[in-house]
Amino acid sequence: MKPEEIASIAHLARLAMDEAEIPRYQESLTSILSFVGDLERAETRDVSPMAHPLPGLVQRLRADVVTETDAHERYQANAPQVAASLYLVPKVIE
Amino acid sequence: MNLHTKTLAALAAGLRARDFSSVELTRALLARIETHQPALNAMISVTATAAMQEAAAADGVLARGGGGPLTGIPLVHKDIFCTEGVRTTCGSRMLDNFVAPYDATVVAKLKAEGMVMLGKANMDEFAMGSSNETSYYGPVKNPWNHKLVPGGSSGGSAAVVAARLAPFASATDTGGSIRQPAALCGITGFKPTYGRVSRYGMIAFASSLDQGGTLTATAEDAALVLRAMAGFDARDSTSVERPVPDYVAALTQPLAGLKIGLLKEFFEKGLDPENERCVRAALAVYEKLGAQLIEVSLPNLALSVPAYYVVAPAECSSNLARFDGVRFGHRAKEPKDLMDLYKRSRGEGFGAEVKRRIMTGTYVLSAGYYDAFYIKAQKVRRLIANDFERAFAQVDVVMGPTTPTVAFELGAKTADPITMYLNDIYTIGANLAGLPAMSIPCGLVQNLPVGLQIIGRHFAEDRLLSTAHAYQRETDWHTRVPPGYE
Repeated sequence: MKPEEIASIAHLARLAMDEAEIPRYQESLTSILSFVGDLERAETRDVSPMAHPLPGLVQRLRADVVTETDAHERYQANAPQVAASLYLVPKVIE
Repeated sequence: MNLHTKTLAALAAGLRARDFSSVELTRALLARIETHQPALNAMISVTATAAMQEAAAADGVLARGGGGPLTGIPLVHKDIFCTEGVRTTCGSRMLDNFVAPYDATVVAKLKAEGMVMLGKANMDEFAMGSSNETSYYGPVKNPWNHKLVPGGSSGGSAAVVAARLAPFASATDTGGSIRQPAALCGITGFKPTYGRVSRYGMIAFASSLDQGGTLTATAEDAALVLRAMAGFDARDSTSVERPVPDYVAALTQPLAGLKIGLLKEFFEKGLDPENERCVRAALAVYEKLGAQLIEVSLPNLALSVPAYYVVAPAECSSNLARFDGVRFGHRAKEPKDLMDLYKRSRGEGFGAEVKRRIMTGTYVLSAGYYDAFYIKAQKVRRLIANDFERAFAQVDVVMGPTTPTVAFELGAKTADPITMYLNDIYTIGANLAGLPAMSIPCGLVQNLPVGLQIIGRHFAEDRLLSTAHAYQRETDWHTRVPPGYE
């Protein structure tokens, strides 16, 4: 992997990374991707991908009814910045 | 009276017989935590005041003739389980200031049984690690030797139980995080079938693999807790709607005639000869008890670690997207815009291993690589699940070592992630296939514990527990306490 690729993945993953950190991730990601590259040698023609470990399990749906009561104050107690029950972030639209 | 070396079952009997109170027991264990925490670093938070109140309440219930077998028994929760009003860090700087607004279902269920929480256990950051060295709160030490790792990611939970600071600690297992530390610390670790224990309030790492379970001294203790922990939960969309059998009553199922599959590939290269000797001795005990040993093969085992290191990071990169510095968790100071807020909050909040996995996951899910890595890994996952299915057509349970070696030194495997990942070669398969699996102590090599792994069919928790219980009635490895913690 090239340093630019590491920087690009870090950007996609929304991870700040300074120049000095890049070589460290470059080395380990290169070795991880080469390690998982072993999967190539598996014969998987006619094998369907397995996303869920329990065979035949169907994702359950629930009735579209309100079950939760308003607890925003409790949840927002953990927020870094709140005003008038709204989460505050830096200005997005100029 | 030495309360801390008693099993959970013995403590439950003692509480009922009024030999001692929950307050006495809780006080004794809190004192042990205070004594041993500086050397072990097994805990992130100790909730002593609340524990004493809960213990007094449990004594009140017991005095009125109420409560169940778990009432008044102290526990420690892995810090991945949300505990209402109590800091829940997941071993990360990201959640250093996070006070959970609700209880995980596991926490609520055990609280309803009258169990007493002593605190929260240290763990690898977001459960990503096999040595408990990725924790923001520093590594946990193995009670058998403080220079060695306890395993991970449930390293704090395992050290707590091994050092007899609590008779039970909750844990989670995504690729071996219950079984591997259980093996390295000489205790019993149980990972149920995927979907058996609710994941609600259990901070997600890889949602198709994560499963909550138990760390205890014995299989009987695991059965006692699992009976209360397991069951359907409407709040977890992958929770299984299926009644929970009485695991305690099932402990005495006869062993004679049991067909045990020996996992051929588990005994090939990489397994330490001394560990192999202990595992084979355990298998001989089973043979003596009337079980039949049959060699079975998992031809795709070698691909389980690479498949896991695509699937788990992919799911992790998606699950950890929620940590954005906006609603909870760490926020960078003076962000210049929203992108800077996201990037620096995450860059500062996550440690190196978590970032590595998020980036691996982002890469394998990105356009152009999705089919070659992610879909391919999901196909290999099916091959591995099929291997187990073929094995279970011939046998009732399969057995092998839990880990290739005994506990290794702190720092020994931190330089190269692949070396660390390969430590989970024997445990990952059960997660990919969603099977219940456990590790029980089966010997000591140079005074360090060795684990025997038992894997069963989906929902065969009762069979696994009775199989382990039969062994523990014949042997005493599960009673060994690390020197200095007797």
